[in-house]
Amino acid sequence: MSETTPFTDDTVFELQRHFRFQWEPAQQGFVLLYPEGMVKLPGSSGEIMKRIDGKLTVRGIIEDLQTAFPGMDLKGDVMGFLEHVHGKGWIRPKQAG
Amino acid sequence: MEKAGSVPSKPGNPLWLLAEVTYKCPLHCVFCYNPIDYTRYGEELTTDDWLRVLRQGRELGATQLGFSGGEPLMRDDLEIMVTEARKLGYYSNLITSGIGLSEKRIAAFKEGGLDHIQLSFQDSTREMNDFLSSTKTFELKQKVAKLIKQYDYPMVLNCVLHRHNIDHVQQILEMAEAMNAEYVELANTQYYGWAYVNREQLLPTREQLKRAEEVTNKFRERVGNKMKIFFVVPDYYEERPKACMNGWGALFLTVTSDGLALPCHEARQLPGLTFPNVRDHDLGWIWYDSPGFNAYRGDSWMKEPCRSCPEKVKDFGGCRCQAYMLTGDATNTDPVCGLSPLHHLVTEVVDQAQLPVSPKAEVKPILFRDDKNSRALSKTPA
Repeated sequence: MSETTPFTDDTVFELQRHFRFQWEPAQQGFVLLYPEGMVKLPGSSGEIMKRIDGKLTVRGIIEDLQTAFPGMDLKGDVMGFLEHVHGKGWIRPKQAG
Repeated sequence: MEKAGSVPSKPGNPLWLLAEVTYKCPLHCVFCYNPIDYTRYGEELTTDDWLRVLRQGRELGATQLGFSGGEPLMRDDLEIMVTEARKLGYYSNLITSGIGLSEKRIAAFKEGGLDHIQLSFQDSTREMNDFLSSTKTFELKQKVAKLIKQYDYPMVLNCVLHRHNIDHVQQILEMAEAMNAEYVELANTQYYGWAYVNREQLLPTREQLKRAEEVTNKFRERVGNKMKIFFVVPDYYEERPKACMNGWGALFLTVTSDGLALPCHEARQLPGLTFPNVRDHDLGWIWYDSPGFNAYRGDSWMKEPCRSCPEKVKDFGGCRCQAYMLTGDATNTDPVCGLSPLHHLVTEVVDQAQLPVSPKAEVKPILFRDDKNSRALSKTPA
């Protein structure tokens, strides 16, 4: 888990090892589960996290969100969120292999 | 159970389900938090009972699931429960001493979708580990730690600290590092169950605690993010009580091996409360409607100084079980709190612990958790 190494539009993120992202029917929201803990990801944070799949680049995530939520400038929010959760160690750049 | 005062708003859903699937255990740890009279309790739940509990817990919204005990590996149907837990969408954790964790079993857990394993160590050296758990298990644990890595589980090590091993924190952390542990919990003993019986022998001195924290902080600086180290101080040394269970019936739901549903794993000792059994009731009723789970929700049950204290929303008056064990009344302020008129009940024990060898410890031998001692203690209430 390296600290906040800078990332670019071409970075592909995946969830940290042993983290699980899922929809919680009882709470009507997305959550992130990990050893001994859980974070609720309401609204846009859930929408961004949903797209961190080890395939989409950061640019791809932004484009996908722009299509889903047209007419909003989301780039700043997305970059800010990714920086935050990357710093927390919840996501990591996709590992080779 | 209707009481005057503010009526608690409808509680949120449970997030954490602790399944104490058995009280059987091959270890005999002196600090075990299991009830001292565990040999008195009835039949263990069946596999079907547990599967029903898991389903109902998930319907209520629980996400974290702990398989605990005793030693949960003593149940040979654990694989079935693990598999069902994953299907239901739990994030599941096996809390184990590692004894009985063969390669065959860990492979089945992986296949079934168990998310992580918390392995307990008693100390970093074979002699102390084996003495404190009254078994010969240290090398076996080392083997299990390797298996955990081999099956790509995060390595979560737990070591319960007390007077006899707290001076080995440096070695414990080095052992953890050598095992590539990702999370290390250095949890000081909290004084419940067997640990309460052995309190005089186990409570460390203030100096010991201070040194252990210094060592831990230094270690943290060196290893950085690769190993997350949690250090939990014994609450006897605090001036404010812990927010026990994050509030009574707020997040945690424990089901014991004999089917009792509890707001915390110690609650069955509280007098005057009856807790429902999952054989007779569904978890929804238990969580929202049973008198036991509503007994200490909100603050209408509180006495002074808690009732008018601004911190009551933060710590909920501390631990009901500790209040009962130390003061004889579960509705009293947890005496760990410096504002409690009975705080001296804690400070006297702490003062006693500063002596080189606690005089009481000399007269009272350390008591290992085993069936014989449990039966003896069941006859004479502690």
